Amino acid sequence: MKILHKKRLNKETTLYDLELPEIAGKAEPGQFVILRVDADGERIPLTIADFDREKGTITIVAQEAGATTKLLSQKKAGDELAGVSGPLGRPVDIIKKSRVVCIGGGVGIACVYPIARAYNDAGSEVISVIGARTKELLIFEDEMRRVSKELLITTDDGSYGEKGFVTDCLKRLLTRAKVNLVFTVGPAIMMAEVARVTRPLNIDTWAGLNPLMVDGSGMCGACRVSVDGKMKFACVDGPHFDAHQIDFEELIARQKMYQKEEKVYASQN
Amino acid sequence: MPPKISPRQEIPKQSPRERSHNFNEVALGYAQQTAVAEAKRCLQCPDQPCVAGCPVGIDIPGFIRKIAEKNFAAAAKILKEKNCLPAICGRVCPQEDQCEKSCILTQKNQPIAIGYLERFVADWDSQNRRSDFGSLQSTENREQKKYSSANCKRPKVAVVGSGPAGLTVAGELAKLGYYIVIFEALHLPGGVLTYGIPGFRLPKEIVRQEIEYVKNLGVEVKTDYVIGKIKTIDELFSQEFKAVYIAIGAGLPEFMGIAGENLIGVYSANEFLTRVNLMKAYLFPRIATPIRVGRRVAVVGGGDVALDSARTALRLGAEKVYIVYRRSDEEMPARAEEFKNAIDEGINFRFLTQPMKIIGDEKRNVRAIECLRMKLGEPDASGRRRPVPIAGSNFVIDLDTLIIAIGTGANPLLTSSVPDLELNEKGYIKVDVEGRTSKQGVFAGGDIVSGSATVIAAMGMAKRAALAIDSYVKKI
Repeated sequence: MKILHKKRLNKETTLYDLELPEIAGKAEPGQFVILRVDADGERIPLTIADFDREKGTITIVAQEAGATTKLLSQKKAGDELAGVSGPLGRPVDIIKKSRVVCIGGGVGIACVYPIARAYNDAGSEVISVIGARTKELLIFEDEMRRVSKELLITTDDGSYGEKGFVTDCLKRLLTRAKVNLVFTVGPAIMMAEVARVTRPLNIDTWAGLNPLMVDGSGMCGACRVSVDGKMKFACVDGPHFDAHQIDFEELIARQKMYQKEEKVYASQN
Repeated sequence: MPPKISPRQEIPKQSPRERSHNFNEVALGYAQQTAVAEAKRCLQCPDQPCVAGCPVGIDIPGFIRKIAEKNFAAAAKILKEKNCLPAICGRVCPQEDQCEKSCILTQKNQPIAIGYLERFVADWDSQNRRSDFGSLQSTENREQKKYSSANCKRPKVAVVGSGPAGLTVAGELAKLGYYIVIFEALHLPGGVLTYGIPGFRLPKEIVRQEIEYVKNLGVEVKTDYVIGKIKTIDELFSQEFKAVYIAIGAGLPEFMGIAGENLIGVYSANEFLTRVNLMKAYLFPRIATPIRVGRRVAVVGGGDVALDSARTALRLGAEKVYIVYRRSDEEMPARAEEFKNAIDEGINFRFLTQPMKIIGDEKRNVRAIECLRMKLGEPDASGRRRPVPIAGSNFVIDLDTLIIAIGTGANPLLTSSVPDLELNEKGYIKVDVEGRTSKQGVFAGGDIVSGSATVIAAMGMAKRAALAIDSYVKKI
């Protein structure tokens, strides 16, 4: 569980290559790991952004949003982590479609990247839309460009690419191109907006969810989400679901469940 | 006239007032002289009805006689011949439904305290084990040294899951000369002993010691290892494992299917207990995993897990804790002793009460449950009287946290990765009496076979399977 390589992508996001040959040997696009930084630490889910079966490594990208990702960012190349389990979740079932739009927002760009790559490898025409608050926070641009026929970029403040949100870009794209499938990973509010754009057009749309988790193997139900009115566990039934059926409001509320506790923890540690 | 029998020796406990604020063990255990006095009550019946009541067949009169003779090492040896985890079983077995139920003295409502005596011997043994233990242990140590090198020639058996069934099968097979690797999905071994049963009933140090004992028999434990994801069962066979034992538990929490179950502050008992026991949320904010326990907590269910959740919530500072159970105390599956402990600690029981709807506020926080009163009707398939709703009896219980402890189902994560493994209609693995599944070389036991049951039932299945695995491997 050694960190082989660490690269700061911007002031709040870091990339890590982890030496995990068995997980690398099995990882598929869309899967995640549960990671603990130290022995008594939290278990946090992180998407596998890349994997190299030959080198025996997986790549994760973490935004330093909570206590454990901050702790992780203090580790150096060569340091060991307390534990990583995976690959967890259902892999995305990659079936070739003629045109697939992959939409990533913020750190979600790294999560949608392996999916975009897999569709590209499968022979689909991939158009990617990636967005961030500002230019400095945009990650994985080169990686996404390599696996996309066309790459569209937006920033909230207009400091790079088009000014606005990924959904603005998506709306324009949909007026000029026939799209068979949309895949989106990013902040829940962004995925909800993507679903709102594609729903009236009946475009098959899938979102990769990031709810709170504990065990990641279906044992606790912390990650439960409502999909088509039914209770699903994101860790074992997902993390990808039909975006038109997801109750995003509920997801957003549940993601914020421990906001107060996170502040208490941050102030005392 | 039978000889006059002295009354059963009580076990000292922390006072309810004190213990409801800490996670230390409730029962403090017998002192030596108390244990000896209790052991001397045993009539040493020739037909040994207690042994027939024990799922693992411990020579109960035998070990009790050794206690009466103050030969605790010999008592421990007898216990461990049939049970690798006596310190755990002495604490969490439902003795009142098993060995003690069959005790001849039960007719006078004073059965021998077999559980307390088992616990006494196990604790004595773990404190004195290395200084004075029977020949069994020293033989095992020699065996272990002989095989400790990496290129050992012992046949390999994989065990998936490190709960009671997994640890038992591993211990039994290690004693028979196998090299065992246990694969555990979580980061600590023990299964429900670690994530489920709280420390006030089963101290984590006891669990750790018992697992160390099994490891010392020559068992390797790989944690953070989710079989079905990182490796399939077939891949284990290609890695020189001769047989695989599946003991993954029934780790899929059930919900009620009523409105409001995804509100904030609604937990499955599995999540609630895992956060506290495995992730140590009771130490928050010294450690990072949080938990939300409000002033008023309700737990739905009537089993040991429901009681564990309620008493945990109390210890985390809840002022008012309710158990909401749709049947009456008569039908409640929780252990009688723990029911009494819970009442003494001030847990409020709302029997014959069925939740209908969970009510939240505008921020999606849970605020109340609406319930219906029930009455008991005719016996159902389980033999217990079926609860029947009383129309129009709806009422509301205000609360800040709700814990759902109505049972678990079969977790399909592993089983769905093994297409040639036959399951029943509920997703549990089908086995014969010795634990053989439909797939060659694969055996299974514990809750993933039986559905939610007791620690000792899982261990009993595991012991039978260990013998079947041994004879299977010898034939291939």
